[in-house]
Amino acid sequence: KQTSHSELKDGASDSDSKVDSGPPEVPVTSDDTPEVLNKALSGLSSRWRNWWVRGILTMAMISFFFFIIYMGPIVLMMIVLCVQIKCFQEIIHIGYSVYHSYHLPWFRSLSWYFLLCVNYFFYGETVTDYFFSLVQREEPLRILSKYHRFISFALYLTGFCMFVLSLVKKHYRLQFYMFGWTHVTLLIVVTQSHLIIHNLFEGMIWFIVPISCVICNDIMAYMFGFFFGRTPLIKLSPKKTWEGFIGGFFATVVFGILLSYVMAGYRYFVCPVEFNNDTNRFQVDCEPSELFQLTDYVLPKMELRWLYPFQIHSVALSAFASIMGPFGGFFASGFKRAFKIKDFANTIPGHGGIMDRFDCQYLMATFVNVYIASFIRGPNPSKVIQQLLALRPDQQLYIFNSLKTHLTERGLLPALERAAA
Amino acid sequence: MTDLRRRGGGGDTDNSDNISDKEADGEDRLACPGEAESKDATPDVAPPSENTPHCLNKALEGLPPRWKNYWIRGVLSLAMISGFFLIIYLGPITLILVVMTVQIKCFQEIITIGYRVYRSYELPWFRTLSWYFLVCVNYFFYGETLADYFGALVQREEPLQFLSRYHRFISFALYLAGFCMFVLSLVKKHYRLQFYMFAWTHVTLLIVVTQSHLVIQNLFEGMIWFIVPISIVICNDIMAYLFGFFFGRTPLIKLSPKKTWEGFIGGFFSTVVFGFLLAYLLAQFQYFVCPVGYNSETYRFTVECEPSELFILQEYTLPAVVQNETVQLYPFQIHSIFLSSFGSLIGPFGGFFASGFKRAFKIKDFADTIPGHGGIMDRFDCQYLMATFTHVYIGSFIRGPNPTKVLQQLLGLQPAQQLSIFNTLSSHLRERGMLPPVAAWTPRPPSPLR
Repeated sequence: KQTSHSELKDGASDSDSKVDSGPPEVPVTSDDTPEVLNKALSGLSSRWRNWWVRGILTMAMISFFFFIIYMGPIVLMMIVLCVQIKCFQEIIHIGYSVYHSYHLPWFRSLSWYFLLCVNYFFYGETVTDYFFSLVQREEPLRILSKYHRFISFALYLTGFCMFVLSLVKKHYRLQFYMFGWTHVTLLIVVTQSHLIIHNLFEGMIWFIVPISCVICNDIMAYMFGFFFGRTPLIKLSPKKTWEGFIGGFFATVVFGILLSYVMAGYRYFVCPVEFNNDTNRFQVDCEPSELFQLTDYVLPKMELRWLYPFQIHSVALSAFASIMGPFGGFFASGFKRAFKIKDFANTIPGHGGIMDRFDCQYLMATFVNVYIASFIRGPNPSKVIQQLLALRPDQQLYIFNSLKTHLTERGLLPALERAAA
Repeated sequence: MTDLRRRGGGGDTDNSDNISDKEADGEDRLACPGEAESKDATPDVAPPSENTPHCLNKALEGLPPRWKNYWIRGVLSLAMISGFFLIIYLGPITLILVVMTVQIKCFQEIITIGYRVYRSYELPWFRTLSWYFLVCVNYFFYGETLADYFGALVQREEPLQFLSRYHRFISFALYLAGFCMFVLSLVKKHYRLQFYMFAWTHVTLLIVVTQSHLVIQNLFEGMIWFIVPISIVICNDIMAYLFGFFFGRTPLIKLSPKKTWEGFIGGFFSTVVFGFLLAYLLAQFQYFVCPVGYNSETYRFTVECEPSELFILQEYTLPAVVQNETVQLYPFQIHSIFLSSFGSLIGPFGGFFASGFKRAFKIKDFADTIPGHGGIMDRFDCQYLMATFTHVYIGSFIRGPNPTKVLQQLLGLQPAQQLSIFNTLSSHLRERGMLPPVAAWTPRPPSPLR
């Protein structure tokens, strides 16, 4: 930690950015490598040692990913929450180092308080949407949910007032900078982690496939670049090459198609996560939607092929991951160069901080959420019921009659109901 | 933009000196106490700025500069309030346009301050990118508003229907294009500056644009929800100033030395009374009270409706302590008390935040747009917090969901889901007695004539 943060100085002049010109050397193994790994690799030269450490940690992270998928939706939500908190902490810590603002009064507490407020707001909205019946049943939850926005706003305002009261004469600018830094971090990290959770509730496949596409693109682009790379891609990241970029694109699209073929066969991945009121547990059981049923497609000049429609969507997701995802990585690289840090933190040996691994994921998660909302998902039925029951009785009657007409036209209502109502 | 150039060249003595010497040390750490202290003393009443129109200057030639400044402030205050009345009279469309203009001006003022702080005029593309992001975010918000309120119109026109169905995707794609352009525009020596301006732009968008859209949504709820909060903030400003002027002794907060506790408390009580009376006055007119609706046939906005129960006089019994009588009040007046309290107690924190911001970046005003008052942002800093509060208040306590929107969502569901909702709804309505119970139906024997 000492080496990466010692040169941090904030200034409008950029005369000391000359160090950015050359491609970075292969990094020396940090002190965080576990002792057991160090012993096992003591015989190798330091360059190979670093690659082994990176490789082993990569395998460890991927296995961990499989493990938490196996554990189920609740564990996944917890992991997403932990990742979010860690990323927030890493970025805020960088802000402290940049502005030498460790001694600012209250500021650490205020940052964590704002994180708590925004999380409360988002989790409350999610819980109200998906667990509507549970919420209606328990009395304190019902009040919290009815006035949720007001309560969240009041909590946020308290933090805002505390910020204003904590302004100290000599440190105004620093405090405003940290306030701005905190809010931008919240905007990036917290809102997008909640989009990830929304995707998860849509069906675990919408969580696994995008993350896997980004990981695959990272690894494949690296491999293609390693073996075939010649033309540099962008001045910002000198190690990226066009060969890696294009090779990664095609490899990721193929990988995405195959992965979705494998996963679309299982209900565990495909069904929306629901909360069962009777057993008080999460369940993933449903009739798979038409996206996940094998359909015949007629391709020109070819015979019928059996595909899941979801695989077509996965092509779009993979394409985004390969083309736009790297821009998230470039943004993070630019950020690191701007503030002259090598990695966001030293949490993962050989890789850097959690944020280093997740910088491309955030853009992907937002895209998946927008994609689902625009092309896949209709409105959420429990939310519609919730809104219906909140209307006035005459409005409810109006909707009832409109719905009845609509359903009768479609022939869904039996004559009995029609005559009785 | 002439005043901008002037300021950059050191023409305006108050502001440019402050900015150039704060950048002299090249560090953002405020290390020298001496430099900060001189700015924190109660600033003298400033001489009239060069923006004062010539006619005003002539008219006030004879007076000493202190009175001249008070007169200018007073005249401009009256001018702004008259302008406010005029645009209310002109109707909802004009109000929306004015809100949008104010939003763009505030955005421009804050971004200009950012440019000056970071001396980043020469950054490639950055002005273009800031305005592009403003257009994107506005497109997103206006699109959502249009889709909500003008559903019928949107469904009819084919290109609008397409735009509305994929609205989020299109907005996201536009934003992403801006994001990629930002990444591609990163230049080696200016990384940090560019990231700062990027963050500055986004925080400004967050504050200014989202809240101006909350103002517009309040407006659609009924013009009274737009007029009363704004008037409350204006009244609190003026009343707190007057009370402070005549009775002020105890300073309120170190951040704004001119504010006093007497002004604060006096302003609170007078604002509550003012809000109460104003609510009584406005609640009688349909023009103010009805939600703004769009008439698809005449292509005009209409404000006509049956006033909701909030705006119908009701009897309230005063507590026996005061008097044993009943009074007739609009329920809205009770809500106005809450709005006034917020405007007087918490609203000033928005002003303190802006004062702290100005001290942090050592500027006297956000800009020089309004003579005697400063920039548009100076007038609107307390308004934004109030607008957000009003919106949250309406959402939590007043407004239910929009029935048209609910129906729209219903029709978008799968048939099986629609059927289950239908059954839930019919049993719910039966319980409440809105529908005849099923048991009352007896099978009719088929008519022999068939």
